[in-house]
Amino acid sequence: MENFTIQRIIYAILSLLLIFNYGMVLRGLVMKIVARAHGRFGPPVWQPYINLVKVFSMRTAISHGIMFYLGPVFRLVGGVGLYLFIPAVFGSVWLQNFSFSGDLLLVVYFIFFGQLGMALGAAESGHPYSPMGIMRGLAQVTVSEVPFALAIIALAAQYQTLSITEIVAAQQGGFMNWTMITNPVATIAGMLAFLGMMMHSPFDLHIAPQEIPIGPPTEFQSTFLGYMQANRAFFASAKLVLFMNLFFGGATSIPEMVIKTFLLYMTTVLMGVVNPRFTLENSVRYFLKIPTIIGIIAVLMYSF
Amino acid sequence: MITIGQDSKPDDKAKELQNEFFCEALPKEVAPINNKIVQKFYNWAQANSMWVLAFGTGCGAIEMRPLYTARYDISRFGMAPRPTPRQSSLFIISGYASVKTLKRIVRSYEQMQNPKFVMGLGSCTINGGMYFDSYNTINRLDQYLPVDVYVAGCMPRPESLIAGFKKMKEIIKEGRAEGANKYARDFQWYKENQKKVIKDWNMPDYNW
Repeated sequence: MENFTIQRIIYAILSLLLIFNYGMVLRGLVMKIVARAHGRFGPPVWQPYINLVKVFSMRTAISHGIMFYLGPVFRLVGGVGLYLFIPAVFGSVWLQNFSFSGDLLLVVYFIFFGQLGMALGAAESGHPYSPMGIMRGLAQVTVSEVPFALAIIALAAQYQTLSITEIVAAQQGGFMNWTMITNPVATIAGMLAFLGMMMHSPFDLHIAPQEIPIGPPTEFQSTFLGYMQANRAFFASAKLVLFMNLFFGGATSIPEMVIKTFLLYMTTVLMGVVNPRFTLENSVRYFLKIPTIIGIIAVLMYSF
Repeated sequence: MITIGQDSKPDDKAKELQNEFFCEALPKEVAPINNKIVQKFYNWAQANSMWVLAFGTGCGAIEMRPLYTARYDISRFGMAPRPTPRQSSLFIISGYASVKTLKRIVRSYEQMQNPKFVMGLGSCTINGGMYFDSYNTINRLDQYLPVDVYVAGCMPRPESLIAGFKKMKEIIKEGRAEGANKYARDFQWYKENQKKVIKDWNMPDYNW
């Protein structure tokens, strides 16, 4: 029993290391691709690593209270927790994670958990721009969860289960078994929600990278920022793995996972490069119209 | 509501309230990490990931915009603009600094975290340049903030700025960019100079 526990802990650490590095490289690659789309050379692919070392090497850090400390920690827990309850590679012993202990509902909870922790932390910083960013971020996540939740209900009705491992198992044996083919309506709703979750244009008003000083991380610096940067690597790749599992047949090997998640990520990145940014009102209206209607249709199809 | 300024005289209660919002502690020197190898590694990371505070303080700011475009593209050197002083490590004082702006410059600089670097852009930061006899601008920037690198010219082109960044990197890698510690060490002297020109001083001595 004890050996089994130690083995599981080692597997979890290895799995987290793999996904962390994958997320970091992916971010660097995306920075490069976006730069090329702009006609620039862009930073080196390993720039996210340098940035991480740099923020952790800052000699001072300003705290605004206990929740300010806990905000980035909650965020990191949200990302790590989300990843650990999803099977990264189906059938693999160590990349199966703890997927047998949690189901889809827990995963959906974890997507929101980090955001809420972050909201508390950023609010304590007292910076007037932080609550504005939080308000926008939470509104964005909430509306994109509506079609996502509907797509999940449709999937649960289709496969008669909430376990992600079983959903992946049902999709094995050729791409004709993937949810993308067997349930295209739910896939469309889910993928539109995915666009809203990945923090790229046109749905990235809440972080508004670089040009306006508004957003939850306004007051976070040094090590606090480091935790949030690390979380971005975990969180982004965990969401990619989740959507790959739900709609695109999961993966049975690491190369398959890398190729599928990379292509998935590229759809959002390229959408972001060519599209201008929505205002919050626009994106709320957008998500509550077409994607929600598609989601409702997906649910209704399995109700009758 | 507390109104503090030239016209209003805050009473004791308002002052007390003000003290609750502000931290009175003064900056302290923080020595770099003892281990030589780790210190070199950290300096390398600092040099290759300089985040510039997106705060154009004078007319020279117009030369900073092209740096982010396809023609000059400073993201090649790992540099990026940051909208908040909390996350930035490089402050470019772009051109002349009027007294009114100097107040904001001091506030922004003090909110940046150690280690932090300052670059003076244009002749105005060195000796006042064409504004040397102006009633409203400061002449020598290094009397108010510790400056690491100057880029001379009026205006220096983006190429000169990139040369300045290269110099800055060298200084950081050699471990000579200790401006934040210098500011903490000579804090009283810097404060005196700042208060000499900023007449409506209505903020704490050190803005955490």
